[in-house]
Amino acid sequence: MSATGARLLGLGVYRPARVVTNDEIAQRVDTSDEWIRSRTGIATRRIADDEETTVAMGTVAAEKALASAGLTADAMDLVISATCTSPSQIPGAGPQIAHRVGAGRAGAFDLNGACAGFSYAVSVAADMVRAGSVRHVLVVASERLSDYTDWDDRGTCILLADGAGATVVGPAETDEIGPAVWGHDGSRPEVIRVAGYGDNMFRMEGQAVFRWAISLVPMVRQICERAGVAPAELAGIVPHQANLRIVEALATGIGATNAVIARDVVDSGNTSAASIPLGLARLVDAGEIRRGDPVLLFGFGAGLTYCGQVVRCP
Amino acid sequence: MSQDILAGLAAILEEVAGVDPADVTAEKTFIDDLDVDSLSMVEVVVAAEEKFSVKIPDDDVKSLKTVGDAVSYIQRAGVAA
Repeated sequence: MSATGARLLGLGVYRPARVVTNDEIAQRVDTSDEWIRSRTGIATRRIADDEETTVAMGTVAAEKALASAGLTADAMDLVISATCTSPSQIPGAGPQIAHRVGAGRAGAFDLNGACAGFSYAVSVAADMVRAGSVRHVLVVASERLSDYTDWDDRGTCILLADGAGATVVGPAETDEIGPAVWGHDGSRPEVIRVAGYGDNMFRMEGQAVFRWAISLVPMVRQICERAGVAPAELAGIVPHQANLRIVEALATGIGATNAVIARDVVDSGNTSAASIPLGLARLVDAGEIRRGDPVLLFGFGAGLTYCGQVVRCP
Repeated sequence: MSQDILAGLAAILEEVAGVDPADVTAEKTFIDDLDVDSLSMVEVVVAAEEKFSVKIPDDDVKSLKTVGDAVSYIQRAGVAA
């Protein structure tokens, strides 16, 4: 049976217990709380302990998403793990998360769209549901950037963090997941990278990335156009939580005048693919957006690559 | 023409970094005099590219120390385009 539409059925997140302050980072590298706040908006971030692996965090977020969707794991046809910090190159985290949640008959794979991974995964899941290939897809974005953080590199260690978020995509009579708008600039793979050979740390040319990100305003506007929703009609906007200044530049750049802006980066840092579900869940939990509200999601990052869509709040 | 560019830059600086347009004169440096940090400078450059239909590559941004530097750069780039 082919569904006419797809929607987000639930949300779940996991935030590591340990909170790391700017002052703690300033004890190790030459920076300060004031500098970090003014350049990035970040006040604290969560850093995982040894037990809080990508798989473990993703599993908890997935279980919460299933509970919030009112579904059991055996209803899942597919598990997509959106991560760029899987504990190993091989195997991916997807099958392990599927196993741990008990999604016994589901297919499982990893999708590496870096910080845009959640939006790409939701797009893939929604199209599969709409095509009738599957009924329910568990999308899990779990990241442990601390494994790839050079704690002596003050340009990046102030930003990176850990966490997980998940959603269930399933059939709906009315479509609630708008068309994806995506694109890439693969000519500059070096500006955000974990090279792997010889240097297994996250490296970033901050200003070049900042410039690229804030120049994406026309693409974000296009997401609204494709969804048939005017920017002023958005109830919420959840850009990838890279840096508060990028988040605010994108939100104000499109004229999302009535939208609450996700500012989870302030407390959670940059958690790559996990940052969008973490930011979205934060707005839902605070009652700032409600079931059915139009919310714009926009992921962008290493590749360089970006992807976004307007969804109805689960 | 340079007065128009100066006024346009002042408007951008006000919007991006909250700089009082009255403070924006040719001899002022972005970083020390106008307190525009490196990220705001990137935002100013991106906005200026759009407003004046010019290209300002990253390598050239570093040479733009004062408002006057930026005005004459945009003037030259505009003529070249």
